[in-house]
Amino acid sequence: MDQISINAVGRKELTTYTEYPPKGYRVRISTYWWLGRWAYLKFILRELSSVLVAWFVIETLLQVNALIAGPGAYQDFQGFLRNPVVIALNIISFFFILFHAITWFNLAPKAMAIRLGGKRVPAILIALPNYAAWLLASVIVGWLVLRG
Amino acid sequence: MTKRSNEPLLWLLFSVGGVVAALLIPVHLFLFGIAFPLGWLNAPSYDALLALARGPAGRVYLLVFCILPLFHWAHRFRYTLYDGLQIKHLNELVNTFCYGGAIVGAIVATYLVVRIP
Amino acid sequence: MAEQIALEVTRFSPERDKVPSIQAFDVPLRKEWVVLDALNYVKDRVDGSLSFRWSCRMGVCGSCGMMVNGEPKLTCATFLTDYAPGPVRVEPLKNFPVMRDLIVEITDFLGKLSKVKPWIIRAKKKPLSEGEYLQTPDELDTYRQFSMCINCLLCYAACPVYGLDPLFAGPAALALAQRYNMDSRDEGKSERLDILSQHDGIWGCTFVGECTEVCPKHVDPAGAIQQYKLTATQEWIRSLLMPWGGKS
Repeated sequence: MDQISINAVGRKELTTYTEYPPKGYRVRISTYWWLGRWAYLKFILRELSSVLVAWFVIETLLQVNALIAGPGAYQDFQGFLRNPVVIALNIISFFFILFHAITWFNLAPKAMAIRLGGKRVPAILIALPNYAAWLLASVIVGWLVLRG
Repeated sequence: MTKRSNEPLLWLLFSVGGVVAALLIPVHLFLFGIAFPLGWLNAPSYDALLALARGPAGRVYLLVFCILPLFHWAHRFRYTLYDGLQIKHLNELVNTFCYGGAIVGAIVATYLVVRIP
Repeated sequence: MAEQIALEVTRFSPERDKVPSIQAFDVPLRKEWVVLDALNYVKDRVDGSLSFRWSCRMGVCGSCGMMVNGEPKLTCATFLTDYAPGPVRVEPLKNFPVMRDLIVEITDFLGKLSKVKPWIIRAKKKPLSEGEYLQTPDELDTYRQFSMCINCLLCYAACPVYGLDPLFAGPAALALAQRYNMDSRDEGKSERLDILSQHDGIWGCTFVGECTEVCPKHVDPAGAIQQYKLTATQEWIRSLLMPWGGKS
């Protein structure tokens, strides 16, 4: 690259021809960028809910494993579930997964542009059936499990 | 035809898994993880739960309930690791961990569900 | 003397500075003044070397996008009084290289924009003598929202994925691709899908959703991208079920 010296205001300055497109100053993004804005933090918490989804799947598989092993092992597993640490983790998981469910159903209408009679179906009419299905599924599962 | 990525498959699994997780995990988690251990509700007996799980519908339900949310986790966690920690250069390691973990989980789930007496 | 408000402005000279710095100016706080008026006041009365882009000062040209107190804003539509008693910090749009003061380099976006072919593609053009391509109001309505984009790049400044991965096509370009995909006169969907179903296209988006929040024209790029993901997945299933069939 060529360097030229210019005299500006009596001072000697070294400068360079800028390339095209010129590079400019780039700000490096902090590793903690998601702390800088409430919406970003919400996003990261939403994404991290998936970790607790995976945890509950593992817990369910452990329960199935105990079910296979027989009544004694199943009782032991109930003891594990009554451990305060496990209960605390499950309560935290519950709120994270509620957050997942609510954000999921609320964002679903954005991905689905359904048009009826030449008009886009309002977001609420796509979100509502989701919530209805959620309620229905919860009632059915609750009834099946609690009736025994 | 140009090379198509396998992203549509991964996204499909992520989405379906997200729906399953949103619809079903809250009630399961509330009952088995909170209400029964704390004694708020009477837990079903061993025999009643086994009867629910052993039927064909129960087995299919358990497979869907476990496998799809695992792929949901894999996809979301992969992107969270990329963006949250800026480790896109560890691409292959992250992919292996996330999707590999989901595949292992799916195999374990299938093995267990088949073995329900 | 009239009421004043402190305006903190990013200064950066590529010839002189290694890193940008902040310079504070006192400007009159007037009810009808927007941030752009304050910047023009500084340029006209205080320091003529202050550099920034602007043109229409009415939210149409998309030139005056900057960060105002950390939020991407059109400075022509952001009133000073909303920030009283101040200070108001004005910085160049995030996620772009800074060229001078408040001016950012947007060549990257322009390249991406043309890559998604944001124009009507026809398999066979009909001659002018056969008249225009007609469209019903309903057909117009399907993509109208996505056509409102003024390329102000506030969505790029709000998008963490673009900030972290400069290869990502970004909200506005993807929304504009979808605007033409949904246009009844267009026949270029599969051409665009090949470009946009790459990893750096729609699949890079993690649906943070902030692009939609900051858009001054209510374009909803986040929605456009998710809809596009759904379409791309449907196309993928179709190609799986009917590998012999042509692309629709």
